[in-house]
Amino acid sequence: MSNASAPSRKGAKGEGRGLTIFFFLKAIGMALSQIWANKTRSFLTALGIIVGVASVTAVIAALTGLKAKVLSEFESVGAARLYVFPNRPDNVPRAKFPWEKCRLKVSEAQAIMDQCPSIKGISPIVDLPMSVESDTELIDGMTVNGIWPAWHDAVGRKVMRGRPFSQIDIDTARQVALVNEAAVTELKIDTDGNGGLGEHILLGGRRFLVVGVVETTQAKMLGMNSSEAEIFIPFSVAEKLLDGWYFMQFAAIATSPETAEEAKAEVEYVMRRQRGLQPDDPDTFRVAALDQYINQFKSLASGVTAIAGGIVGISLLVGGIGIMNIMLVSVSERTREIGLRKAVGATSAAILLQFLLEAVTLTVLGGIAGLVIGKLMAVSLTYIPGANLEQADVPAWAVILSIVFSAGVGVAFGMFPAYKASRLDPIEALRHE
Amino acid sequence: MSESIIQLRGIAKVYRVGVETIHALRGVDLDIGRNEMVAIMGSSGSGKSTLMNMLGCLDRPTSGEYMLGGRLVSAMKTDELALIRNEEIGFVFQSFELLARQTALENVELPLMYSATAGGFRARRERALSALQRVGLGNRVDHRPNQLSGGQKQRVAIARAILNNPKILMADEPTGNLDSATTAEILALFTRIYREGQTIIIVTHENDVAAHCQRVVRLRDGRILSDLSAEEDFEVSPYVEEARATQRRRAAAEEAAA
Repeated sequence: MSNASAPSRKGAKGEGRGLTIFFFLKAIGMALSQIWANKTRSFLTALGIIVGVASVTAVIAALTGLKAKVLSEFESVGAARLYVFPNRPDNVPRAKFPWEKCRLKVSEAQAIMDQCPSIKGISPIVDLPMSVESDTELIDGMTVNGIWPAWHDAVGRKVMRGRPFSQIDIDTARQVALVNEAAVTELKIDTDGNGGLGEHILLGGRRFLVVGVVETTQAKMLGMNSSEAEIFIPFSVAEKLLDGWYFMQFAAIATSPETAEEAKAEVEYVMRRQRGLQPDDPDTFRVAALDQYINQFKSLASGVTAIAGGIVGISLLVGGIGIMNIMLVSVSERTREIGLRKAVGATSAAILLQFLLEAVTLTVLGGIAGLVIGKLMAVSLTYIPGANLEQADVPAWAVILSIVFSAGVGVAFGMFPAYKASRLDPIEALRHE
Repeated sequence: MSESIIQLRGIAKVYRVGVETIHALRGVDLDIGRNEMVAIMGSSGSGKSTLMNMLGCLDRPTSGEYMLGGRLVSAMKTDELALIRNEEIGFVFQSFELLARQTALENVELPLMYSATAGGFRARRERALSALQRVGLGNRVDHRPNQLSGGQKQRVAIARAILNNPKILMADEPTGNLDSATTAEILALFTRIYREGQTIIIVTHENDVAAHCQRVVRLRDGRILSDLSAEEDFEVSPYVEEARATQRRRAAAEEAAA
C-alpha cells in the first residue's frame, strides 16, 4: 500500500462536499453512546421532557376517551332532536320585543307540526310547581310538566307501564297523569303491586288518574339529575291550571338525524312567519339542535386540550433549559474531542449539526419515554370505575405531535451549545485541558 | 529533493494578546518535497507550534503564501481548509487524542465521517481495516483505547492519520508521552511509512527523534535558524554544542580538582 495507488482516488477528491448519510448515522450512533455512557445524567436531564410529554399524553388520552364516550351517548340519544326556546334579542329596544312577544304559544307548536315536513313530532313543554298529594304523602313544590303525546318521541322517553296520553286526553283535558319511578317511590302509590297504575293523586287539589309510568331519562350521563320525582299531565290541563304568563319551550323530533338540519331551518321559517317578523328583524326565539351541544362539548374539550398544551409547554421549556445546560457541560467536557474532529476535517456546520443531533436524540428519547408512560397512564385510566374513561387512548396525532415537539425542544435549546461548539478554534480546543 | 509538495513564502504570523503584539513567525520560506521526512525543532517560543498549525492548515498566516500540492491554501476559507485537512493532512498528537468510547476501528474511521467521497459502508470499513493492518494492529480492531498500551494507542492514531493517504503526515511530539522502548518502536513505524512513500513532518524537541529524519529544520524567534540534513545538523546542533561545552566544563573542573 503506497501512494502509487492513490492518484485515481485523489482525482475524485474535493468533488462532492456535504454531509452524507454516514455522517448522520455516525452522529446519531455517537449521540446514543454518549447518552448511554452518562445514563443517570441523561435521564435526569430528560426528566422534564418525560414528565411533560407523559402528562399531556395522559390528559389527551382521557379527553379522547371522554369525547368518544359522550359523542356515542349523544348519537344513541339521537341527533334528530330540536328544542325551541323563547329568546329576547340583544341590542334592540326592549319596547320593540317585550317578553310577551317572545314567549312561545301553543298555536306556534301546532303551526310547526302542520307546516314543517321534516318534523315528525312536537310537544310544548311547560313546568309548574304544584303540591302533590297521595293517600299517604304530601309533597310541596313538585315539578309538574304539561306535555303532548309526541313528547315521548321528542325527548326519547318511553312509557314503560300503562299508556301514554291519547289525543282525547289532550282534546278533552282529562285529568290523567304520567309519573316516573321516583315519583312512584316518593308518593308511595305502588300499593297494589301494579307500580302505581290506576292510583289517584291530587295535584293542586285536583284528582288525577295515573295512567302510565315514564322511563327514567337517558340524559343521566350528561350529569342531568333524573332521580327527582316527575309528574306529567296533558298540556291542555296544565294550560288551564296556569293563569296568564308562563314559560314554555318546544321539544321536537325530525323525521331522521339527516333531516335535523333541514328541520331546524323549517322551524325557524315557520316561527318567523307566525310572528310576522320582518326580514331585518332578529329572531325572537332560538332553535337548538343537539349538534350544537355536541359542538359545545367539542369546543370545551379542545379548550381543555389547549390548557393542557400550555402546561406542557411550560414543562418542555423547563426541560429544554435542562437540555441546554447539559449540552453546554458536554461541549465543555469534550472540547479536545471537538478540536480533534475539526483537525481531521469537520467543518463548523458538521460540528453544529452533530451537537444538535445529540440534543435532539436526547429530547426525542425523552419524548418517547414520556409517551410510553403516558400510554400506561391512559391504560390505567380505563380501569377507574365510573370515570367514563373506558375509551381513553392516545391518538396518533398526539404521538406524532409529542415527538415533533420533543425534537423541536432539542433544536431550540441545543442550538446555543451546538453553535458554541462549532465556533471553537481547533488549535485552542486541542490545547484545552 | 523531488518536486515540492509544500512551498512557504514569507510566512508571518502576528498575534495580539491584550496590548502586546507577538510575532510568532517573522517571514519563513520553506520547501518540502514529496516523500521527505522532516523534523521541525526549536525551543518553546521559537514558533514551531505556529508553523506546525500553519502547515497543518489549522491556522492561516498573517502574511505570506502557502502552496500545498499546487494549491494556495493560505487564501482559503475555513471550510475549504477543513476539506484540505480531511483529505490531504493526517495529524498525530502527543496525547493520541483517541475517542475513549470508540473502538480502534471506529477511531480510525473518524475522518471518513466528514468525507463525502469515501464510498459506501464496506469501503469505509475496509479502508480503516487496512490502515490498522499497516500499523500492525490488525488484531486489535475492536479494542477500546483503555485496553491498549500507549504505543498501541499511538499506532491507532497513526492509522487514523494515514487513512486518507494524506499529502503530509503531521506529527506533533508523537513520542512525548512514550517510554524510550516504545519511542523506538513508533519511530521505526514512522520510518517504515516514510519508506512506503509518505511525506512526514515531525515537530519535536528531542534530538533522538530528529535523528530519525532525513532533514532537520530549526527555528528560533520565528525564523529558520538552520535547514540541514540530519547528519549535518547533528554536527552543528546546539545540543551537540551544549554537550561539548558541558564536557569541556566538566573536564576543566576535574582538572582543577586534580
